[in-house]
Amino acid sequence: MRVVFDATALRGWDSSLVNFLVQVVEPCRERGVPVDQEGLPSGVRRLIALAEAVPERKGARTKAVPLPILDRIGLAWIRGGESVSAILSFLGDVTQAVGQLVRGKARYRSVDLLLLIQQAGAEALPIVTLISFLVGSIFAFVGAVQLQKFGAGVYVADLVGIAMVREMGAVMTGIVLAGRTGAAYAAQLGTMKVTQETDALTTMGLSPLEFLVLPRMLALGLMMPLLCLYSDGVGILGGAAVAVGMLHIPLVTYFGRIKTSVDLTMLSGGIFKAAVYGVLVTFSGCLRGLQSGASASAVGDAATSAVVTSIVLIITACGIFAVTFYILGI
Amino acid sequence: MAENEAHITVRDVTMAFGSFVLMHDLDFTVRHNDIFIIMGASGSGKSTLLRHMVGLNEPVHGEIFYGGASFTRADPVERNRMLRGVGILYQSGALFSSMTLAENVGMPLAEYTDLGPTEVLEIASLKLALVGLKGFEDFYPSQLSGGMVKRAGLARAMALDPKILFFDEPSAGLDPISSRLLDDLILELRDSLDATIVIVTHELASIFAIGTNSVFLDVETRTIAASGPPQELRDHSDNPSVRRFLTRGADVRIEGGSARG
Repeated sequence: MRVVFDATALRGWDSSLVNFLVQVVEPCRERGVPVDQEGLPSGVRRLIALAEAVPERKGARTKAVPLPILDRIGLAWIRGGESVSAILSFLGDVTQAVGQLVRGKARYRSVDLLLLIQQAGAEALPIVTLISFLVGSIFAFVGAVQLQKFGAGVYVADLVGIAMVREMGAVMTGIVLAGRTGAAYAAQLGTMKVTQETDALTTMGLSPLEFLVLPRMLALGLMMPLLCLYSDGVGILGGAAVAVGMLHIPLVTYFGRIKTSVDLTMLSGGIFKAAVYGVLVTFSGCLRGLQSGASASAVGDAATSAVVTSIVLIITACGIFAVTFYILGI
Repeated sequence: MAENEAHITVRDVTMAFGSFVLMHDLDFTVRHNDIFIIMGASGSGKSTLLRHMVGLNEPVHGEIFYGGASFTRADPVERNRMLRGVGILYQSGALFSSMTLAENVGMPLAEYTDLGPTEVLEIASLKLALVGLKGFEDFYPSQLSGGMVKRAGLARAMALDPKILFFDEPSAGLDPISSRLLDDLILELRDSLDATIVIVTHELASIFAIGTNSVFLDVETRTIAASGPPQELRDHSDNPSVRRFLTRGADVRIEGGSARG
């Protein structure tokens, strides 16, 4: 008994024929059935020979064996611990770098800082304007519907003013910059790892923390409060648009209410929060960027992870601030 | 420094990631003025060895010495001082993409010398001229071809007149002529700077053209399979995988297990 092929009627062929033949030939070989390949086109015979030339490397094929549930819980726990300790050690490095900065010993290029300030600050104005205006008017709109029921429509100004200045100005700017700048930082630093620029810095004796992370942190730490102040203003204007357009409250009355409800403590509290959020966004962006692996998909993951980390940190910090400010009576 | 004196010593170094041992018991000496080749198949850990030698990775065992002083045991400040005499050309050039060529080359100068901005710029231009990039001072790395980026990277590596130059796969991605020109440049630099040169490569033409001494990293045994001048290894090595590598596999047919990537 043997296997022969007749390919006289064959007009053309591609890899699917070769694949089929390999599937046929291999089991025949294993069972000791002689295979006569004479009838096949010579190109096909050569490809079959090539496919069989190098035997399968033992252990090269990895099978994904599903681990027992306890193993998976254990591994997840260990990985969680590792990622927390990586974050803590990055925090330590950043603190040291800030220490160098305070002592005036940090080495970075002031040109870089200026450029970063422009990118994070001025260039973010359009998106911050849009988001803040919309958030302000949405607050006014939602509030107005409720307040009108009590005939207290004029208090919409208090609602918008307090919400924007206390919380939303800082939080919205933080989230916009997390998506806009934090992701960019992660991608920049990740790519620098891929192209070995961070290695080149290290071997030149320049710390990537000082050279890359510090100017970014300074840029966002300085720009976030300004953007937040701007966002507060634009949000209040957005509220004004709804108050005037929908509730027919005179503009003077609206701003009069704003003036009585919003005070300087509130404003500076919001601005302080914004500065903290700015540092958090840079921290997550740079952390994920420097942790990034050396491939295009790893850089993408780093950017995604940076945004997620930033937003989680911002919301957590927001909660902590709310409780602390309440206890302090601010 | 006298001829034949040990410049870099790698003693019993084991490189590992977690529990995976990449190479073990690496032991060799790079002599002053050598053009020392680290060769081996892809994935054998050549570039990783270079990273260990400049402190980007830490050996899990063993020590690396520069001159007589231990690099592995030095503290960060001391290491920086030692690395100031070392220039590295990375595989991709690793130029800072946000800076012009002149700023790239000038950066180590501005950082570690007392030169004023004009002098830094002049020296940066000179270094760029040495690698054949005169007039490209204000170009950004993204505006250049791969070969030019490598040469600019070399200009930056030699900014501080280093006594040791490391090259990570210098001819990777270069056409044969650029690769040949780079070889000539390396020879020229060794002689003019009186430097020691360590090259990680698997480019046979370069290995035989400029290499004065070498080690071969074997992926099978995970350690050094042979060491000596490349020509000698090709003609007289008793290790078949070394001869096969250096003769481009001329003396063997494809057989099971040997055809690794």
